[in-house]
Parts: sequence; structure tokens; C-alpha cells
Amino acid sequence: MELLGMTAVELAAAIRKKEVTVLEAAKAVLSQIEEKEDMYHCYVTVDKEGALAQAAAVQKKIDEGFESPLAGVPVAIKDNMCTEGLLTTCSSKILGNFVPTYSSEAVLNLKRAGAVILGKTNMDEFAMGSTTETSAFGATKNPWNTKHVPGGSSGGSAAAVAAKECFYALGSDTGGSIRQPASFCGVVGLKPTYGTVSRYGLIAYGSSLDQIGPLCKDVTDCATIMEVISSYDPKDSTSVKRADTDFTSALKDDVKGMRIGLPKDYFGQGLDPEVKSAVQKAAKVLKEKGALVEEFDLGLLEYAIPTYYTIASAEASSNLERFDGIKYGYRTESYEGLHNMYKKSRSEGFGPEVKRRIMLGSFVLSSGYYDAYYLKALKAKALIKKAFDEAFARYDVILGPVAPTTAPGLGESLSDPIKMYLGDIYTISINLAGLPGLSMPCGLDTRGLPIGLQLIGDCFQEKKLIQTAYAYEKVRGPFGGREEKVHGKAI
Amino acid sequence: MANMISDETIEYVGILAKLALSEEEKEQARKDMGSMLDYIDKLGELETQGVEPMSHVFPVKNVFREDIVTNGDMREEILKNAPGEKDGMFVVPRTFE
Repeated sequence: MELLGMTAVELAAAIRKKEVTVLEAAKAVLSQIEEKEDMYHCYVTVDKEGALAQAAAVQKKIDEGFESPLAGVPVAIKDNMCTEGLLTTCSSKILGNFVPTYSSEAVLNLKRAGAVILGKTNMDEFAMGSTTETSAFGATKNPWNTKHVPGGSSGGSAAAVAAKECFYALGSDTGGSIRQPASFCGVVGLKPTYGTVSRYGLIAYGSSLDQIGPLCKDVTDCATIMEVISSYDPKDSTSVKRADTDFTSALKDDVKGMRIGLPKDYFGQGLDPEVKSAVQKAAKVLKEKGALVEEFDLGLLEYAIPTYYTIASAEASSNLERFDGIKYGYRTESYEGLHNMYKKSRSEGFGPEVKRRIMLGSFVLSSGYYDAYYLKALKAKALIKKAFDEAFARYDVILGPVAPTTAPGLGESLSDPIKMYLGDIYTISINLAGLPGLSMPCGLDTRGLPIGLQLIGDCFQEKKLIQTAYAYEKVRGPFGGREEKVHGKAI
Repeated sequence: MANMISDETIEYVGILAKLALSEEEKEQARKDMGSMLDYIDKLGELETQGVEPMSHVFPVKNVFREDIVTNGDMREEILKNAPGEKDGMFVVPRTFE
């Protein structure tokens, strides 16, 4: 099998069997990056030397008997996770020169498992955006069609997996930032239950919503990566002690009796007919395999976006206060006094979307407006959570689309923020309720762009998502294509 | 537009957000915030009487751990990131006379 076409788990097996060395794998993917980056721009930083050095070190460990399901597999990391000694920018000018002195816990978990870190992927600035176009370092292109966005905010990670510029990647999801780019780029993405993967070293956007998760080629990779990155971490006070992180045990081709609910409002107005039909077809496949599939009313969908933007912006305005040009990051050249320096550094360092959300967040938290906006949103969040609790009393899995459309064209989204925010309608309530959500490809539209299927589970029920996704994947078959399809070659 | 954002509000939010906005940016911010707030006002339709605001989805209380230093002295590496550094300290503008 062609090396770059392998999944992460397949490559690790080939390395174990000595059919391929870690160095060969790293070199192959680095030359793919060299060849394709001009076209796709998935990365902010490629650490070629570091990757080759890690590859040699990991190979030595493996030769000495080290075993791990992902040992030796090259991975890309979203640029909002700290990596010791490696530039970490959040795709922002304000962190344009920031080199962390420590690594995030999720990255350390990968390193302990023998991962080879290739570099840092492009994203919407501070994860604020749905297209990767708000990056201060230029947009990433969708490998399926370079005139389209890869989605966001983890667009660089999703595109890198699709373009075979890595074997898998980490992303982060605050309102859909793993699932939506996974959908647009035809890869698998999982946003775990809040608290499952440590947020230590993840540069915060909306702390009560942020969660790290994998972007990868198939469901087996997804479960395997989840086992590696999930951990209880005392350094993250919201980290949850879980005993049930043996996610690969759920890789079973069996959905008999699985209760699957389709929320009617997820299939209503605004949903592209091609997306609708592909997602309904996937539901039919699961029904034919013995799942109990029915429609139901979830409700409150139209309140999810206003609730989310109030809470996320409020948290962002507080989290981003730390960027002041003192201890790290960008400082303006000329200023008069401390406060002027803060203001000028921040105004020159942040891009328009980040400023927009900091302003909104500062407003909804300000005295006189706090109760009317922020507190109201926290109450709406409680109602949204309750609606999901009721749904999960009846269903194991909720099934729907990831996004109302396939990937929009470059430059189509940023002019109208509200319209861009509406694209998050099916993903954001999952973050508000802390639930796990899995995105996987379920077809192509007539323009040849991937369509995503979303499976949502109750808190701590990732295994049901993995099992359902695995069973569906068995029928769907390999969703190769990735780059080859575009150029008319079969995989 | 239902929400008219006054000049004073934009000035005030600029102070809270620690942002110095150009006239053009202020105009844009006024427009954007107005339309976002119009949109957020939809939450007013929701009956939330007696609903407890939910800040965290799980019932966690304060999480404590022992205050033990686990990292080493990284002063030099940390200072390398500072935009202004002198004699092992951060350089900041004079804040008092």
C-alpha cells in the first residue's frame, strides 16, 4: 500500500512489522508537505529538523521494545496548543513570535505514545471563525477544491489530513471547530465530552466550551487517538476522572437495537437539499443494519447561536486580557505610558474578528447589561442542556448534519458575521451542553465537495458514537479520494 | 436596527476591552454590535423564570490540589519571549513618578 495513503493505525502496524521505518514515514510526509504547501497552506510552522530528530529517537525506542498503537506516526498540531521550543501563534500577530516553555498535556500524551510532531497547523485567529480565513498568516485552501475554504477554526488540521500532509492531527472545538472542518475536508473528527482531554496548554478561547480532539482518516484512528490523548490532569481543574477511555473496544460492526434520534429541526429550513439527502441516506443505512431510527422534536435550536456567542465572547474577552505586550507577544513600537501601550499593542496585534468578539464580550459582561445578556445566556444554556437530557433518555445517539452546506467558496463568509455564525447552528449546542460529537464523511455533493454526518452522544458516551460510526463506515466503505479524487485518480 | 449603540457605549466598551479603535473601526463596531445584540435579543423570548444559570455542565465544586512547585527555574527561557527585558526583568513603561 502507498505509504501516505495509510491510516495512522495502519502505519503504526507497518512500523511495528518493520515494513517501514519511522524515518521513512517522516521523510515521505515532509516531502508531501514541501510539494503541497504552496497550494494548500495547512501549516503555520513546519518543524522539519525537529521531526527528523524525533523520528530517529522514536525508531530507537521501538527497536528497544517500546510499544504503543501510534508509535512513530507523524502528527500535526493545531497552533493553539503550546509546544515546548516550537513557535505557537494561534494564527495571530499578537503571538507571532511566541515560543512556549512547556507543552500542552495533550501533546505530551502524544509524545509519550511515540508520536512524531511535524509542525503547527493554521487556524482562525484564536479559533474565532469558521473558515480559517481570519488567520493572520493567510487562508488555508480546501484540498478537495482550492477555491473553497477548509472550514474552521481547525481548518489547517483538517486540510493537512485530507492532503496527506500528516497522518492525523489534533484540533480544538469550541463551537464546531473540529467537526465542521472535518466535514468540509472529508475526514473524521471528534469533539470529546468536556473534561475528557486536558486543556492544560491549550490557549483559551471559551474555557467552558473548549475541548481538544482528533482529526483523522477513519473511525479506527479516531478511537485509537482518543485513547492516547484522554487523561485526567490535575493541572486542568475541569478535567474529569474517567475509567471508560478504552475507546477502541467500541469498534464493533453492530448497531442492532441502537436507538437513534433525528431532530426534526436539524433537517428544516436552511439545510442544503444535497446535504439533507446524504445524511438521511446514512440514517437509512443504520436502520437497515438494525438500529431503531426515528424523528423527534429537540427544540430550542434557534436559541443556540445567540446563547453561544454571548457566552463564548464573554469568556474570550476575559481570557484574551492576558495579551498585553508585557511578558510575551507583540508590543507596539511607540506609546505614551502603560495604558496606551496596552491598548495600542492589542489593537495592532488582534485582527477584526477577535476584536469584534472581545468588544461584544466586554459589553455583555459590563455592569447594567450582565443580567440581561450574560446571565440570560447561562439560563438558556441550562434549558438547552435539559432538552438534550430529555432526548438522551430516549435515544443513544442523535444523528444530523454537521453544517447546513458543504464548504463555501473562499471570501464568501467574512463580510456578514451573522451569516457565518449561522453556519454553526448544528454544532454549537453540543459545546454548550458539554456533549461529545463525531463528524464523518457521508457523501459528496454535485460539485465534488464532501458532506459530513454528525453523531451526538450523551456525556461520556463516546463509545456509542464510535460504534455507530464504525458500523456506518463498514457499509459506506473507504472514503478515500482525498486528494486523488480531485485529480481524477482512484485511491 | 433595534439596538442603537451610542458613541459613549463604544468608548466605554473600548476602555473595558483595552482597545484603541480608529474612527472607522468604531463605526464598524457600532454596526456589528448592534446587529449581534439584535440577534441575541431573541433570548428574551425564552421563559427563564426560576431557571438556575448554568456555568458548568457537570456538578463540580472547587477543585483543590497541594501547592507544590513542580516546574524548574525557566527564567531565561521565559524572558526570551518578553518584548522588553533588562537585567533579568520585564521592561515596562514608567507607571508612577
